[in-house]
Amino acid sequence: MAITETRNAPAGDEGGMGYLQSVPRKIVTVWVPLLIFVFVLLFPFYWMAITSVKPNEQMTNFNDYSPFWVIGPTLEHFRYLLFQTSYPGWLWNTIMISVGSTVLSLLAAVFAAYAIERLRFSGARQVGLGIFLAYLVPPSILFIPLSVMVFRLGLYDTPFALILTYPTFLVPFCTWLLMGYFRSIPFELEECALMDGATRWQILTKIILPLSVPGLISAGIFAFTLSWNEFIYALTFIQSSENKTVPVGVLTELVRSDVYEWGALMAGALIGSLPVVILYSFFVEHYVSSMTGAVKE
Amino acid sequence: MAAVTTATQQEPSTVARLMESRGWLAAWFMLPAAVLLLVFLTYPLGLGVWLGFTDARIGRPGIFIGLENYQYLWEDSVFWLAVFNTLLYTTVASILKFILGLWLALLLNENLPFKSFFRAIVLLPWVVPTVLSAIAFWWIFDSQFSIISWALIELGIIDHRINFLGDPTNARASVIAANVWRGIPFVAITLLAGLQTIPQSLYEAATLDGAGRWQLFRYVTLPLLTPIIAITMTFSVLFTFTDFQLIYVLTRGGPVNATHLMATLSFQRGISGGQLGEGAAIAVAMIPFLLAAILFSYFGLQRRKWQQGGGD
Repeated sequence: MAITETRNAPAGDEGGMGYLQSVPRKIVTVWVPLLIFVFVLLFPFYWMAITSVKPNEQMTNFNDYSPFWVIGPTLEHFRYLLFQTSYPGWLWNTIMISVGSTVLSLLAAVFAAYAIERLRFSGARQVGLGIFLAYLVPPSILFIPLSVMVFRLGLYDTPFALILTYPTFLVPFCTWLLMGYFRSIPFELEECALMDGATRWQILTKIILPLSVPGLISAGIFAFTLSWNEFIYALTFIQSSENKTVPVGVLTELVRSDVYEWGALMAGALIGSLPVVILYSFFVEHYVSSMTGAVKE
Repeated sequence: MAAVTTATQQEPSTVARLMESRGWLAAWFMLPAAVLLLVFLTYPLGLGVWLGFTDARIGRPGIFIGLENYQYLWEDSVFWLAVFNTLLYTTVASILKFILGLWLALLLNENLPFKSFFRAIVLLPWVVPTVLSAIAFWWIFDSQFSIISWALIELGIIDHRINFLGDPTNARASVIAANVWRGIPFVAITLLAGLQTIPQSLYEAATLDGAGRWQLFRYVTLPLLTPIIAITMTFSVLFTFTDFQLIYVLTRGGPVNATHLMATLSFQRGISGGQLGEGAAIAVAMIPFLLAAILFSYFGLQRRKWQQGGGD
């Protein structure tokens, strides 16, 4: 009891002992380092954006034009990207694959998390631990055997190769996250429903799921982002240009050995980042909670 | 509610009762996840270990050759260089991520205006696909048109352009910098979540006892943050150790293998070179390191818990 009270305390005395710090001192110890951090963390994005609208002659001529600004921005790189490359196709592939693998993983994770957390079959704890360990298995040690399997199953160079392999890292993560959410739902609700004769299926769909919508959103957008960002499987299992995802396509098709189309590359990186950034900006809180939630447990 | 009442009126058949039995139901509920993970995670893990003992190539199932792949790797200086690079990369990048991430977390934990705005933009590098931000770094590290070189020359700090990715030492430093850039937000935001659970009253009590700012950090913040530091850094170390994307984009292991990590070497030998067996062996060689990192943090965490329990 005492612990829960102290945990809640910071919300009460907002500001804490801030008044003990003088303003000039705070500027030097807090604001200056913070702004340097923000500058360094955001500069690559600025550089990406400004390069993507620079005409080619300004891109490499730092003497006549300030590199940090652009005179007469052009959409030429975007036009090239969207109409003369397979970029729209890659975007479409990435969306389909991310949505497909996210839905598949969420479905599997909801059932698994409910079974582990609430049905409490014998061995549930061990299975839960196993799921956590599965999350720690990195794609870099799985891609070679998976490529052999994908080839044998006849999935090589199809979107299904990715939709079926992405759950290897999405299912453990989503299950782990949803287990935490399900744990926070009071048992009494379920007991009442059981007394009223509800089946487990009804409990899951009518009580547990509606109450864990925030958790589902967190897990869903995080899984979507992870699949959007995935690279090594997409690089290994996809061969033909029209089946590639954005990260692989940009790197392997836009980069030609002789000439670097920096403008188009940056435009490709920018457009490829936008969907996850927009999603992120709408769900910052969910995002943060899923990231920290997975670690805290 | 209607559905609930109809369910009670039905005669419970054997099937229905079996469906309600917890073990049976749990098995059904676990089925989708279990199938996905067993088929696409557990089986490939075993298959990878097996492939490491074969001479499989792309398009040719291999035969068992025992430890030959490992013997070959044992005498291969490039493999040992990759091991060294991986350890160097992981150690330096993790330490930097920890120090800078903790610092940023402490800054964000101050009572600032626009706090949630800062927190939101700080996380951006982690949200954006690594490959795409790595491409931006590739342009920033360009040997001729690097903006960093240009700015430093303009400021009069250096007099010639830095060859970021062409020189072994510079290339290592550059990829580590890019990795740290991407990793700081994760460390900072998770540690910030940990910091926010530390009660203000502890700081006030310590201040009344005459503790300075450093002492507050050393004797209040750090001990209470240790469990979350341990788990955050375990994740961070694992992700750094198995990193592939950043190196693949920036250097592909060059110059003269100076930035080859075990993952990139495994890809180069296994997929690009077609020697699946050898690539798998390199990947398997990563497992002991990963296990060591997990066990280290697991037992480190246990000890801390016991210490805190004993301290109270």
